[in-house]
Amino acid sequence: MIPEFGLMALIMAFCFAMVQSLCPLVGGIYGQRGLIVLGRQAVIGQFCCCLVSIISLSYAFIYSDYSVIYVREHSDHSLPLFYRITALWGGHEGSLLLWVTLLNGWGMWLALRTRDVNENFMAKIFCTLGWVSSGFLLFLLMTSSPFAREFVNLPLSGKDLNPILQDPGLAIHPPMLYMGYVGFAIAFAFSIAILIEGKFSRETATMLRPWVLGAWGFLTLGIILGSWWAYHELGWGGWWFWDPVENASLLPWLVGTALIHSVMACEKRGVLKSWVVLLGIISFALSLLGTFLVRSGVLISVHAFANDPTRGTYLLYYLALVILSSFSIFAWRGPRLTREGSFDFLSRETFLLFNNLILLVMMATILLGTLYPMLLDALHLGQISVGQPYFNAVFKPLAMLLIGAMAIGPLCTWQSMTLQKLLKKISKAFVVAAIIALLLTYFIFDKFYLMAFLGTFFSVWLCLSTLQSLFKKGFSFSRLKEHRSMIAAHLGVAFCAMGVTVTSYHGIERDVRMAPQETVQLGTYKVTFESTSPIEGPNYSGIGANFHLTKNNAHVANLQGEKRLYHVSQMPLTQAAIKPGLFYDVYIALGEVLNHGAWSVRIYYKPLIRWIWLGGLLMVAGAVLGLRRRGYRR
Amino acid sequence: MKILFFLFLLFFQLTGYGIQDNYPFTNEGKKQDFVKLTHELRCLVCQNQTIADSNAPLANDLRGQIYQQLELGQSIEEIRDFMVVRYGDFILYKPPLTVQTFMLWLGPFVLLGLASVWVIIFIRRQRR
Amino acid sequence: MKRAYLIPFAVFVAIAVLLSKGLHLHPAEVKSPLIGKPVPNFSLQDLNQPGRTMTQDDLKGHVSLLNVWASWCTTCLAEHPYIKDFSNYPDVQFYSLNYKDTEDNAIQWLKKSGNPYMSIGFDVEGLVGMDFGVYGTPEAFLIDKKGIIRYKYVGMIDEQIWGDEFLPRIKLLVTS
Repeated sequence: MIPEFGLMALIMAFCFAMVQSLCPLVGGIYGQRGLIVLGRQAVIGQFCCCLVSIISLSYAFIYSDYSVIYVREHSDHSLPLFYRITALWGGHEGSLLLWVTLLNGWGMWLALRTRDVNENFMAKIFCTLGWVSSGFLLFLLMTSSPFAREFVNLPLSGKDLNPILQDPGLAIHPPMLYMGYVGFAIAFAFSIAILIEGKFSRETATMLRPWVLGAWGFLTLGIILGSWWAYHELGWGGWWFWDPVENASLLPWLVGTALIHSVMACEKRGVLKSWVVLLGIISFALSLLGTFLVRSGVLISVHAFANDPTRGTYLLYYLALVILSSFSIFAWRGPRLTREGSFDFLSRETFLLFNNLILLVMMATILLGTLYPMLLDALHLGQISVGQPYFNAVFKPLAMLLIGAMAIGPLCTWQSMTLQKLLKKISKAFVVAAIIALLLTYFIFDKFYLMAFLGTFFSVWLCLSTLQSLFKKGFSFSRLKEHRSMIAAHLGVAFCAMGVTVTSYHGIERDVRMAPQETVQLGTYKVTFESTSPIEGPNYSGIGANFHLTKNNAHVANLQGEKRLYHVSQMPLTQAAIKPGLFYDVYIALGEVLNHGAWSVRIYYKPLIRWIWLGGLLMVAGAVLGLRRRGYRR
Repeated sequence: MKILFFLFLLFFQLTGYGIQDNYPFTNEGKKQDFVKLTHELRCLVCQNQTIADSNAPLANDLRGQIYQQLELGQSIEEIRDFMVVRYGDFILYKPPLTVQTFMLWLGPFVLLGLASVWVIIFIRRQRR
Repeated sequence: MKRAYLIPFAVFVAIAVLLSKGLHLHPAEVKSPLIGKPVPNFSLQDLNQPGRTMTQDDLKGHVSLLNVWASWCTTCLAEHPYIKDFSNYPDVQFYSLNYKDTEDNAIQWLKKSGNPYMSIGFDVEGLVGMDFGVYGTPEAFLIDKKGIIRYKYVGMIDEQIWGDEFLPRIKLLVTS
């Protein structure tokens, strides 16, 4: 009964979505105010229905109702309760249900927060959101219902959740990531509403900014969680693989970052209006494109969903409809948005714009690299792979340009500035950063790599010049209060860049064969393989490998790596032994078991790796602090 | 005398930590080449992993092959060619610059150039 | 200036066309670069005749199918009845490469399930397999009279694959 109830709720949600998308249109044409304001009520109804639906599905998961095919395929009663709940988004259908629910969650939040805003404008927003949501609900109902049931041959156990998904990091990663993806739907709806209105006031920019920041913050958090999870769960200590699925999340993130900055310029100075609107459309278009890439099977990826060509076709039609219609509206109405101010070559606006463009070029590069193999294949020009070495090579110069502009931009004044003044302002941080980078390279890092030196220099420079913006004839608290969001986020980028540089260039890796009681040297550390012991988990068993980490014969940590075998799926999983630390990690990955009790083991020394995620968290903090800020207009 | 000292060191090294690297290279340069190569080659049976990251038997064989060839004095380019002849360009995660891929390699920088020109024109136009 | 506002639309149309093409591609099927090239040189112990060596010259002078298999490979076992059946086809001679196996296991396996092959190269280290660009078992190569590789199939060959992919090509190679 309960799953049918969930399906009914989903159908109801679709009805509400139709009401939300059609009524304001009809009301607008016939001038019926009652119909125009219905969108606001409908989005709340839609969210409640989705919530009922998702609760029904959770119920089926918690009580392991194997008549529901989706539950049978992705869960088992031996799973701990927490993973039985998170298994809901372990597959395509459930994660899509979560996606739609979160989309309506954002919609409802918007409805509750904007009761006193111009009705006509809000109606356009809710109408757009209604169309987006009804497309997804129809997709869910037509091709991927999570509530499909089968009563004959009921199995006694399910197929279990993929062991690599049984991890707290990954359990909360999808909701955060999806909150980010669908959050950009709000910016998208604003863009469409603004285009139809034909005017973009600075008040509207103020209203839009927190929604962009919110979506961006969630997306950032989702990406960090994904990276952290990949690091400790996928085996070889990597934190970013440039896999198509990861790239799909980075695409809207880059454009979202650009959007945040241009919205601020728009709010403050009334410039770049059609640019903001365009970025709003692109960021959501890329969220949709990412969904398509992940769920249609057009690309080879480590984490793609099981796919089905009808889904791919539907998604492509939907994608084309949404994006092409919004780009045509943009082409038609975009030129009407007129600017209120202007700016000089040397001004904060210029640096913002330049940064925006680098972010967009980065986005285009990822898109190019991800789609290029498909392009060549489609033209019968051969099969190639584009991976980590390509992206690393192309991204290094782009990232340096970006950080350079970030270091200079905030020290610029709005509108215009003289070159002399600018040079005077930036020169101190520049010189000090160069000296610090040289000292670091000479005294701390054992080897010189040009790229590592440049990476260190740019990170330090960004850090210093960000802090410099706190000073104006001495330290100023009011500046800290005013710029806290920018400072947190930019310091986050500096930390992240430093972590990436140092861990990539100054890490140590050893690939050895180790038997119990053997010791291996890793820089100044020694790792001893002490013993193996059997382990028993709630739904798996296996062997644990115990290691002892010492530095100059002093104890540092005891570590345990595990080789697990999950009972139901009979899938093996290897858990690395990790000694986490603010300045370095020691990471021990267990390979295959060799003869005579020896194991093939890879041991890594990873300096500053946690700074990557720490930096990410600082960026999230920046977004949160920015939410509390009232406005840039004065 | 020097040789004795060296032997002593070697002996000490062996007894001190009797650990065999899985790929014990005779010099540091080869070891770095190994790391570079294994991170550039795709494991064909895997979904999307380098042969450095994969536990698949094929990846293991190819690592062994690369190790042997490096020890025999083959260069990175020779080994890369060896792989391409057998498995095709698909095995390279870093596609070589050819007629087919020049858009891939130059694309980002061409875009950056166009974008910069656009910024300049845009600012000029709105300044008036 | 107004025309610039059409750029996003145009770019996206291009991407959408590409994606719609991409839906019908199969990126996981990697084409072998050896197609159109002569069989790599090799010399392996022939499991069919102890003491004999199998070389690339065995594959010349007639159309041949070289099947790569191992006793540990379950798909190969499932495929084997089909292979035995197809090996009765008159114009093509069946050879095989026993990939990363042990001699005992391979001979036992053939005794139990039948041996349709003219010669069986015993590639214990998988090095010849590497020269052929083998990345999984079973894999089959179709080789013309001059010893040039004309086609490669990865995975199990069943009635349908044989009829659709192999037969037309064999007929063409026999007449040429």
